[in-house]
Amino acid sequence: MSRVRADEEEYWHSSKFRAFTFDDEDDELSQLKESKRAVNSLRDIVDDDDDDLERVSWSGEPVGSISWSIKETASGSTSSLDGRDSSLQKGSSSYAALPKQASSYSLSSLFKGRNKLSSFQSLSDALTDTGVKNYAPELRRPKAEYKDYSSDWSPKDTVRRMQRGKVCSLERFRSLQDKLVLLDEAVAGHDGNVITAVLIFLKRTLRREILFRELEVRQVALCHLIHFLRETGEQKFLLDLLRFLDRTEEVALSQYREHLNIQDVEKRREFLKGCIGLPFSAEDTSHIQDHYTLLERQIIIEANDRHLEMAGQSELFRKYPRKASILNMPLVTTLFYSCFYHYTEAEGMFSSPTNLKKTFKIPDKQYVLTALAARAKLRAWGDVDALLTTKNWLGYTKKKAPIGFHRVVEILQRNNAPVQVLQEYVRLVEDVDTRLNLATKYKCHDVVIETYRDLKDRIQLTAYKSKVERGSAEEEKINNILSNMVRNAYS
Amino acid sequence: AIVWDEYLTGPFGLIAQYSLLKEHEVEKMFTLKPGRLPPADVKNIIFFVRPKLELMDIITDNVLREDRGRSPQRDFHILFVPRRSLLCEQWLKEQGVLGSFIHREQYSLDLIPFDGDLLSMESESAFKECYLESDQTSLYHAAKGLMTLQALYGTIPQIFGKGDCARHVANMMIRMKREFPGSQNSIFPVFDTLLLLDRNVDLLTPLATQLTYEGLIDEIYGIQNTYVKLPPEKFAPKKQGEGGKDLPTEPKKLQLNSAEELYAEIRDKNFNAVGSVLSKKAKIISAAFEERHHAKTVGEIKQFVSQLPHMQAARSSLANHTSIAELIKDITTSEDFFDNLTVEQEFMSGIDTDKVNNYIEDCIAQKHPLIKILRLVCLQSVCNSGLKQKVLDHYKREILQTYGYEHILTLNNLEKAGLLKPQTGGRNNYPTIRKTLRLWMDDVNEQNPNDISYVYSGYAPLSVRLAQLLARPGWRSIEEVLKMLPGPHFEERQQLPTGLQKKRQHGENRVTLVFFLGGVTYAEIAALRFLSQMEDGGTEYIIATTKLINGTTWIKSLMEKLEPAPF
Repeated sequence: MSRVRADEEEYWHSSKFRAFTFDDEDDELSQLKESKRAVNSLRDIVDDDDDDLERVSWSGEPVGSISWSIKETASGSTSSLDGRDSSLQKGSSSYAALPKQASSYSLSSLFKGRNKLSSFQSLSDALTDTGVKNYAPELRRPKAEYKDYSSDWSPKDTVRRMQRGKVCSLERFRSLQDKLVLLDEAVAGHDGNVITAVLIFLKRTLRREILFRELEVRQVALCHLIHFLRETGEQKFLLDLLRFLDRTEEVALSQYREHLNIQDVEKRREFLKGCIGLPFSAEDTSHIQDHYTLLERQIIIEANDRHLEMAGQSELFRKYPRKASILNMPLVTTLFYSCFYHYTEAEGMFSSPTNLKKTFKIPDKQYVLTALAARAKLRAWGDVDALLTTKNWLGYTKKKAPIGFHRVVEILQRNNAPVQVLQEYVRLVEDVDTRLNLATKYKCHDVVIETYRDLKDRIQLTAYKSKVERGSAEEEKINNILSNMVRNAYS
Repeated sequence: AIVWDEYLTGPFGLIAQYSLLKEHEVEKMFTLKPGRLPPADVKNIIFFVRPKLELMDIITDNVLREDRGRSPQRDFHILFVPRRSLLCEQWLKEQGVLGSFIHREQYSLDLIPFDGDLLSMESESAFKECYLESDQTSLYHAAKGLMTLQALYGTIPQIFGKGDCARHVANMMIRMKREFPGSQNSIFPVFDTLLLLDRNVDLLTPLATQLTYEGLIDEIYGIQNTYVKLPPEKFAPKKQGEGGKDLPTEPKKLQLNSAEELYAEIRDKNFNAVGSVLSKKAKIISAAFEERHHAKTVGEIKQFVSQLPHMQAARSSLANHTSIAELIKDITTSEDFFDNLTVEQEFMSGIDTDKVNNYIEDCIAQKHPLIKILRLVCLQSVCNSGLKQKVLDHYKREILQTYGYEHILTLNNLEKAGLLKPQTGGRNNYPTIRKTLRLWMDDVNEQNPNDISYVYSGYAPLSVRLAQLLARPGWRSIEEVLKMLPGPHFEERQQLPTGLQKKRQHGENRVTLVFFLGGVTYAEIAALRFLSQMEDGGTEYIIATTKLINGTTWIKSLMEKLEPAPF
């Protein structure tokens, strides 16, 4: 947390920022409750017919919707469908009869008066009829010209025909010049479908070097080809192309992507090893190296632990059987695993947390957080204590938490730590308000009492008496402090 | 029978109900899945599919498993939506099944009406294709859709645009018009202006959490083709008497559009203003039902009864939205929602955007969903015109170590799309852009808004601000800022025959069609509707887009598809 709570309060009040809260004066929750009550109270007035309002099947689908009927037709036989037919009709009509009020600011004139069905018809009419009539007139040629009908289309006409979904033979474009004109026309049309079709043709009929060279000066077409190769999984061709273009980083990433398709871990590890030398950016190279090292470790750990678990000798594995294999898990998950099952191992072991920390340069914060969560889950409070204790050169010990003690408390609390453990760390929370907050929330009475004592806050302390058990040690403690305070005040 | 690509059933459901298809003798419908087609006593089988290679494989499987000996033999047809794809046909040919199809056609569904003022192409990968793969096919469809729209509603005399894709679409439109002079129609133009906007001109807006009612429903539950699926607990069966029934376990599915009176009123409000409307409505309805006690004469009773259906509809609508509002409120009042929003608002107002953010670090440490992390990091990057190399490297390392190294591919995609990048030249333009366009408003009024910034409780969506400034006073006033945003800005005019030129009455509103290339959020739509509604606004807006998005669906579309984790 960047800002401690007290600051935060002030921050919201003083700064121009607006917290997203509900207005107090007009308490929304009570309003919601109120309207819900009102609505509920109306239910007994209205009779059973109200089901007519929303004719929906239980899944909530309006009856008659496509996905609903798919389920129906897929499961039911024809006869049951006939039986439903009348209700279907009724359903959809009553659905359409819901009060329809176009919002005042919508351009209601646009779609005015058209319910769903008719707007469908008109739209589809428009798409088919006007489409053809207005800007896609069928090419009609005089009979005289008909003889060379199929072979005299210019590249432009060919592209245009293809754009309209007509199949054209491209074979008659023989010369390189013709092919390139065709490609340029296709690119100018911006229709990826046509561009790809032309590219498939060129890919089949041109030598690679020539195709690559020409695409280098045609960036749009090039992108389409790359996309096409990726889609169809022509990895080798793709890599050749990228290499030709000197797009080395892309080559590297594209090759690295392949590892996702390798299921066998040994093969995947081998593959990743091969990726390390690829021309990634400097930053990425170290990540890829880490990825490989991690998988290598995981394979070793997995083999050992599976053996241990099967043998049934280790109490830890018996008591907490592994939920899944550690293979292919992220680094932090692996660290958690190792803090859970291999916490006490010497640094020399691959599976030890300290070894992982060193190898992958895991920051202190991340390490403490993960180790804390793992040890708390095992309720190993001693380890938690040791983890947060540092010794200085004089041999004095001190508690330190790089993540802040409020986070420590959160984690411990989530793992149901006993109050005795919890309060030790609540006490160490530096910010007074946060400390009081946590202490009150988790009933760490001693911490609350001591904090109020240090603040010399008699009023709060007196008020807190009602929160502790009558006749308990805590109550006595409060009474003592209060009387001491009085004495001090008069002395 | 029709075999549906499941993705298409949603959009098609908006234009054709099953009853209509049945009238046209569609006997049965199935969803497309591998294996043998279910038995059905039909002659013709039509596949309705998007042109995707993986779908072609399924179809191939279907066709190859078809029992040749059966009689009567079934005929196969294939209908591509929105376009026939030569690539797919080539693929089918290689699998040796192309010949099995008697008809191969296309259903050119470009723009689907979602509401009275909203059209979408529902092309989920449009942004990725345009900005990552430089594949402009979706732009070609957008241009075609616009031509269809012009064929129906008249030539749009003025075209403005900002961004590379916008430029392309405008070029294509002009070209299509030139190539088919027949497109000159004699319809009186409905639209005065077309504004084409690239999504990458405003990468910021979709990353922020939408705070309108509809926007929050979308952020939390996801609205698909106007339908939302909600957890059923709050929608328990109505009658106490049926106590024997278990609580419903299937999600509750509701349609959301302006046909519902109450929803039309609250959808675009800031969520903080929704509660008071709901409670007011509840009082009105209570009062209306109370009136039955005052109905004395037969005439009065008759009148009451005649109003009953309407009142019941209103009541059930109110019950639904009260429940939804409760569900959302549970989330918006949570500490984490608050913390997340605090960080977003800090970034958008320009605070601490140049160093590693503690909250983001905490979220990574607690392994919050990766998409949430990416949204925040990208937001910070966009609000700082790129991150310092050191900060960027730090985030990258933390993300890879916590979520897995393979996400390096996703990070790379985000970098290519310009969402996550190192700062170049050491200059941060965002403060200038923010100030000039007044993207951050301190005095936002959520209840009775006077500015579009209410949709994000302080942040005014950049895209909509551009639309607003275009209408008044014009883009000339913000030349400097426009130059800082990516891509060219331009203006084109399409000549109208003299008879069709509009002579504007005094006080008559202009109509602008805003086309978002690469997606639009519900909050942006709300902001444009707000502008349409302003009394002295002078402009009404109709919205079209390639896809309705939110930050999560958007980032998801850019993520590399990874193999499912072992558990």
